[in-house]
Formats: sequence, C-alpha cells, structure tokens
Amino acid sequence: MKAKLFDYIEKDNFVFNLSGMTKLLCFLILTFTVMYSYDARVILPILVFSFWVLHLSEIRFSQIKIMLYYVLVFIAINFVLTFLFSPQYGVELYGTRHELFSLTARYTVTAEQLLYQGTKVLKYLSVIPLGMMFLLTTNPSEFAASLSSIGVSYKAAFAVSLTLRYFPDMIRDYNDIALAQQARGLDLSRKERIGTRLKNIMNIFVPLIFSSLDRVEVISNAMDLRGFGKHKKRTWYAFKPLVKNDGLAMAICVAIALAALGVAFFVDHGRYWNPFIA
Amino acid sequence: MKKLFEFKTKTIVATGIGAALFMLLFMYVKVPTGIPETDVQTAYGIGAFFAALFGPIAGFLIAFIGHAISDAVQYGSPWWSWVVASGISCFIVGLVYPRLKVDEGVFGGKDILKFNLYQIVANAISWIVVAPVLDIVVYGEPANLVFTQGAVAALSNAVSMGVIGTLLLFLYSKTRSGKGTLSKE
Repeated sequence: MKAKLFDYIEKDNFVFNLSGMTKLLCFLILTFTVMYSYDARVILPILVFSFWVLHLSEIRFSQIKIMLYYVLVFIAINFVLTFLFSPQYGVELYGTRHELFSLTARYTVTAEQLLYQGTKVLKYLSVIPLGMMFLLTTNPSEFAASLSSIGVSYKAAFAVSLTLRYFPDMIRDYNDIALAQQARGLDLSRKERIGTRLKNIMNIFVPLIFSSLDRVEVISNAMDLRGFGKHKKRTWYAFKPLVKNDGLAMAICVAIALAALGVAFFVDHGRYWNPFIA
Repeated sequence: MKKLFEFKTKTIVATGIGAALFMLLFMYVKVPTGIPETDVQTAYGIGAFFAALFGPIAGFLIAFIGHAISDAVQYGSPWWSWVVASGISCFIVGLVYPRLKVDEGVFGGKDILKFNLYQIVANAISWIVVAPVLDIVVYGEPANLVFTQGAVAALSNAVSMGVIGTLLLFLYSKTRSGKGTLSKE
C-alpha cells in the first residue's frame, strides 16, 4: 500500500497551463461524447486526439504504467465476459447476421459481435488518457476550485479537497494500526478462513474509524471557528484565471462533441453505426 | 430533532474524511469470496456507517467521491454508472439517520433491524436496478451480463454493510454516553 497515489510534477506546456476548470470541463464533455457514441468512425479520431494530447502534456510513461496495466486487464475481462454472457448481442443490435466461424452452437463469432466489442474497446481506450491527463496535470489544490467553478456547491467541493488532503494520513494510520495488530498475531492473509479474516479486519477498522471520528470533530471545530460556510460563495486561492488558451481548448472539445452528435443524428440516426444495412 | 438534509460544517468534514476512508478501503481492503473478480468491498460497510451517522447527503457524497477518485486513480477514468449507483446506495442507507440515536448510545435490536432493512433495500435498488440500467443506457452493455454483475454486487455489498456497518454502529454506540445517564449520589 503506497501513500503516494500519483505524482503531480509541474511542467510548463500547453496542457499544464490550462485552468483546472477547463481541463475538468473538457474531460467531462469528451467522456460523455465517447460514452454516447457507438460509432467507430467517431471514436477513432477522438482516440487519436486524446493520445496526441497525452503526448503534448509530456506525462512520462512511468507515471501511468500501473494505470494502463489495470485498464488493459479490465478491458480484457470485460471483453471475455461480454462474449461469454451475450455472444449474439451484436446480432440483436445490428439486426443482421454474418457468421465468421463457430466455436459451439451458442458461441458463434459474428462480424456484428466483433464490431460491437471492438467499438467498446476503442471507447474505453479513448477516455483513459483524458482522465489521466486531468489527474496528472492539475494541481490537486486546484481540484476543489475547478469543481466549484463548474457549478458544484463549494461545500461539496471542499469535501473533495478534504478527501485528497487526508487520504495519505488515512493510509499512514491504517498501516500503523495494521502493523500493530499483526505484531499481536492477527493474520490478514489468505491462510486464514474468511470469517476469521473479516473479524481480524474489524480489529483494524475499529481504531481507524474511531480515530477518524475524533479527527472529524477537531477539523470541523477548527473550520467553524474560522467562520467556514458563513457566505453563499467563496473564492479559491488555487483558482487559475481563464486565458485565451482555455477558450481555445474548450472550443475544440465542444466542436468535437457537436461533430459526434451531428454524426449520430444525421448520419447514423442513433447511437450505433450500422454498416451491415447499407 | 435531526434534519434529514442538514449540511453543517461537521457533515462536510465527515464527508471528506469518510470519502478518504472509503477510497482507502475500496482500493486496498477487499475480502475475496472465492469467485473470481468478485470481492466483498469493505468500503461499503464504512460508507453505510457514516451514512447512518451523518445522513443521506454525507452518505451519497462519501460513496460518490470515494468511488470516483479511486476509479480515476486506478483506471484513469471513473465508471460513472457504478459510481452513481454507489452514491445512491449510501444515500438510501442515510435515510435511516433521523430514526437512529447511535450518537446517544442507543443501538438495540430494533435499530439493528431498521438499519439492515434500509441497507438491503438500498443495495437492491442501486445494484439490481440503477447500476445495470445505467450500464445499458449509458454504456450500451448487454443486459444479462450487467444484471448478473449487479446481483453479485448487491449480495456482496449487502454482506459488507450488514456485517461491518452493523458491528461498527454497535461498537460506536457503546462508546457514547446516553442522555440522562448521570446519576446523583
């Protein structure tokens, strides 16, 4: 368990210098566009675009290696499960049936299924760089400011910044407690039966939770004493004001989203691209 | 009288700390059930505990923020349908908040029943209805796959909330002194 989840290493380039608000908005707009569209011809350019921006942001491969590994495992599992559970979903979706080869009667591979699952893989791949970029190129202190600037209540935004602030502390507490309990002979590994293991986990949870509740008391008193929540609005020290490049980035993202919607409405007449019915 | 949708400074801080705990457990403390890719997420036990103590809004935000950030950190992008379902499950558990008096040291058999009733309804609604339906509508996933995943999630999260949530609430109530428990000598 590591207390450091990701690195924020400041750089001076186009992506880093954008305001957190712009990056959050662009991330959300593009994510929802990709979520909506099931047209490989739309998603492929977005995929290329998002990897290009990732390249532009000069994030090093070592920073995202673990995430990429998780994502690939997730995509692979989803791919296999989709085929296991619904081998003919593509046929249902596109209304035609082009059999390629068959494994068993139920598991016949069709061109429709391959298009559906292939598009899905592309969809997942194309959002990942965007999320990583937002995470790795935005100063964590700026998260709350960006959330509140897109309309989230500042109290909820403040909760997010408290989460990010106290996460490393929680990990440290958890490790201390877990080591102390293990020194007393508590086994958390697979060697123990599941019931005993749950009980042993409780022995870590109880001190962890109770110390956290004390912490809640201390922090909320400190905030109350400083007059937190007196006004309807607040300003943020970390907020980066918008400049010309922010407008440019947002315009590009909105244009991509509109183009994708345009294709969906006027070319595909729906979310799915159906090349099987000409 | 406790108000259901109160959002005081203490609620905000509890949300922040609760979400940090939720994130930690969500990423690192899972109990494997033996079936591949299905773990009992201990995080939901904590989520339910905080929801019962601080109300539905805190519950919703704890699960939503905790799940969204841990997804983002692990996979680069949150899986929105399940993040929303997580939030809704702890929101519904939070509705029990005005009916409990855990912070006054009261958590008896009836309260345990109440908490678990809410918890089971919450898991059924969010994992058997909300998550799969959003998966189908938003992500275009095949129905029988997501309903199976949802049913497994509902069961394992109900176990997590039922065991860990109930135990924590019970132990917490023991540390609180009730109203009028001081006696004159």
